[in-house]
Amino acid sequence: MDKEKLADKFSKKIKEITPSREVRAIHICGTHEQAITQYGLRSLLPDNFDLTMGPGCPVCVTPAREVDEAIELAKQGVTIATFGDMLNVPGSEESLSDARSEGADVRVVYSINEALKIAKDVEELVFFGIGFETTAPTNAAILKSNPPENFYILSSHRLIPPAMELLVDMDVNFDGFIAPGHVSTIIGKEPYEVFANKYDVPTIITGFEPLDILFGVLKFFEQIDSGETKVENAYERAVRDKGNQKAQKMMTEVFEVFDAKWRGIGEIPNSGLKLSDEFREFDARENFEIELGESRDIHPGCKCHLILTARGTPEDCGLFGDECTPQDPHGPCMVSDEGECNIWFRYGRRPKMDI
Amino acid sequence: MCVGVPGKILEIEENEAIVDFEGTKQKVRVDLIDNVEEGDYILNHVGHAIEVLPEKEAKERLKLFREYLDSLEE
Repeated sequence: MDKEKLADKFSKKIKEITPSREVRAIHICGTHEQAITQYGLRSLLPDNFDLTMGPGCPVCVTPAREVDEAIELAKQGVTIATFGDMLNVPGSEESLSDARSEGADVRVVYSINEALKIAKDVEELVFFGIGFETTAPTNAAILKSNPPENFYILSSHRLIPPAMELLVDMDVNFDGFIAPGHVSTIIGKEPYEVFANKYDVPTIITGFEPLDILFGVLKFFEQIDSGETKVENAYERAVRDKGNQKAQKMMTEVFEVFDAKWRGIGEIPNSGLKLSDEFREFDARENFEIELGESRDIHPGCKCHLILTARGTPEDCGLFGDECTPQDPHGPCMVSDEGECNIWFRYGRRPKMDI
Repeated sequence: MCVGVPGKILEIEENEAIVDFEGTKQKVRVDLIDNVEEGDYILNHVGHAIEVLPEKEAKERLKLFREYLDSLEE
């Protein structure tokens, strides 16, 4: 049986058990949104089912103030290395790309490993480290393997389960979570148990191939149908129940959890990672003077903060597609490859499925 | 950002492996996983292997989906 037939069969099965009321699930991952939109998966799902994106875009949720910190360091003459998406994200006034065009040394890297190599050739190198639980351990691993003395990290890591809890607390109306597969590779099932046990929200750990996503959605509807709420792992080939314990241990050793701000959303308890005291010699914030003025997360007209909390879609934004495009983005959701606005701009909302 | 790409380990030297991604070879750090061997499939995220993938389950994914869907018909 080929993939198309399997997809049709998943679609049929899902529709068979979908209740007649409106049903809504939130996924927390730009990579999920990319696959759902690119492959037109919404066209295979019931019309009364809304599968929408939450705050699953690390570039989008990094506060303008932290972008400003990187820009300020770059202007001081420090070499900054970061992922490509961070280059064009607007800070309060400008982006790292703007700073680069004014002569600052800003390098785009695919991995922290490349940043380490650049450190050999420059005086001081700061890696602007963003990302969720999937990415934070990679930075922890590097700090635990004796990086050079001129290597620093500007940590802007954020944690997914506290942001999911915020959505529950915000009373955003929804029936369940499609949990991010590769965050779950690291953290396993346990951190999601609170959603099933305390809040009665079905939570399905889901992979990223189109069929993985349909499988995750079917599992979600099976729980809606049966009334039994639990955390299920629908991505067993890459997620162990306990996650990657070695990666968790490294993350705990190098970072400590703190109450962190999310761009346009505000502070979420226990949702960020900062370097622990033992690793402060590598902490850019401890080793450089960074003086900043007021910061501004949301630029006029931008609805990124509503889109990131599943309270709106790109189509609810008056700037989307006209004034705001990937070439001239007004907010981070249009800059990042993982931002919902950027993805919808590139692929359209409900294209025909073509697999 | 949280993209993960499967690849096959060709060689390991200390904490670095040469990994084959369908013909493209790249260096990947293996600090985050234990008991990894040449020939294993790993999931690469920004230059680090974050999990070892069971080859059988990955290869038989479509078969497993089909079996699951068939089981619902019974």
